[in-house]
Amino acid sequence: MTNDTAPEPAASAQATSGGVDAFDVTLRIRRYNPESGDAAYWEEFTVRALRTDRVLDALHTIKWEVDGSLTFRRSCAHGICGSDAMRINGRNRLACKVLLKDLDPSRPITIEPIKGLPVVKDLVVDMEPFFASYREIMPFLITGPNVPTAERRQSPAERARYDDTTKCILCAACTSSCPVFWTDGQYFGPAAIVNAHRFIFDSRDEGAAQRLEILNDREGVWRCRTIFNCTEACPRGIEVTKAIQEVKRAMITRAV
Amino acid sequence: MAETTPLVIEAPRTPARRRTTTRTNYELYGWVFMRASGVVLVVLIFGHLFLNLIDGDGISAIDFGFVAGKWASPLWQVWDLLMLWLAMIHGTNGVRTIINDYAERTGTRVVLKSALYLAFTVVVVLGTLVIFTFDPCPAGAAADLLPSFCPR
Repeated sequence: MTNDTAPEPAASAQATSGGVDAFDVTLRIRRYNPESGDAAYWEEFTVRALRTDRVLDALHTIKWEVDGSLTFRRSCAHGICGSDAMRINGRNRLACKVLLKDLDPSRPITIEPIKGLPVVKDLVVDMEPFFASYREIMPFLITGPNVPTAERRQSPAERARYDDTTKCILCAACTSSCPVFWTDGQYFGPAAIVNAHRFIFDSRDEGAAQRLEILNDREGVWRCRTIFNCTEACPRGIEVTKAIQEVKRAMITRAV
Repeated sequence: MAETTPLVIEAPRTPARRRTTTRTNYELYGWVFMRASGVVLVVLIFGHLFLNLIDGDGISAIDFGFVAGKWASPLWQVWDLLMLWLAMIHGTNGVRTIINDYAERTGTRVVLKSALYLAFTVVVVLGTLVIFTFDPCPAGAAADLLPSFCPR
């Protein structure tokens, strides 16, 4: 070889990329393969990551370069579709919204599927029980027989009344962070109540009485213990517990 | 080709059943009761503690005669009765909630709740009985068992 005096570009390129520091990070992932017949187990992967990388990027690196069998959901990868909710270091987060550098990369980062829903494979859970609760609160506009000739008008103040709960992306981070939901699948869960709130407080909607009736059930809002896990978990910053309390208040004013 | 058995993935808990809406406000009233009775109990219990332990001669004044004297007045009968009932319903409803939240199997839930309701009934019945039938100087009792203020 004649060119052995040349600098090693690979080493320096690995350390920084576009001026961003790189570091090694270990992901401790809860694996489960239903076809193998084995119980779920932990597997560790160590990958090279940049300071700008999110947990999702590390998962991509593992899936694309290390172990293609790793299974997880993601669609938009930008915090809008709500596909990649998972339990990261014991907290429900969207993998696409958590930067690795914010998680203390010196220690292994644990990643599990969200709790309380049946695991299908690795980080993918069966969302059907979650959506069943969502459908039960009738998440659509219910109006009376008198259809206006023009559009249904709403003042900015009336719109602001339920603005917070319109932000829900149905990622199930809140519902699967709720201990009542973990032990009792009959509970509607925070996400269903948030979406009921979105219509109950909509001035154009006329189905509030029916929705309150449904949520007044034994498994409805009264099972909420106001422990704020859902508010902490929500990737959209919805004040979930506050919304649930507002639904409770609406029921009390209705009953007395 | 070998027969493949269909894959069954167990749900971590009871799957959602089609529910029948209960159409009663039972849970609502239970929730409101917990808040209301909590506020009343704060007044009743701290009043009770202050009058028994701090006011007057303080803790040294408490004896059989002190309790007998209090229950001679209808005010303290009502006060203690309210305290007993509210505390017992409040506490029982709270424990009922905890059992509902944490006992996953129906059998466990039934056993725990039965024990809870039995304890509730015994305490409330006995307590109520004592408050209303309390007689410090029962007729015909041995003189050495009676307190000093009883007529002999």
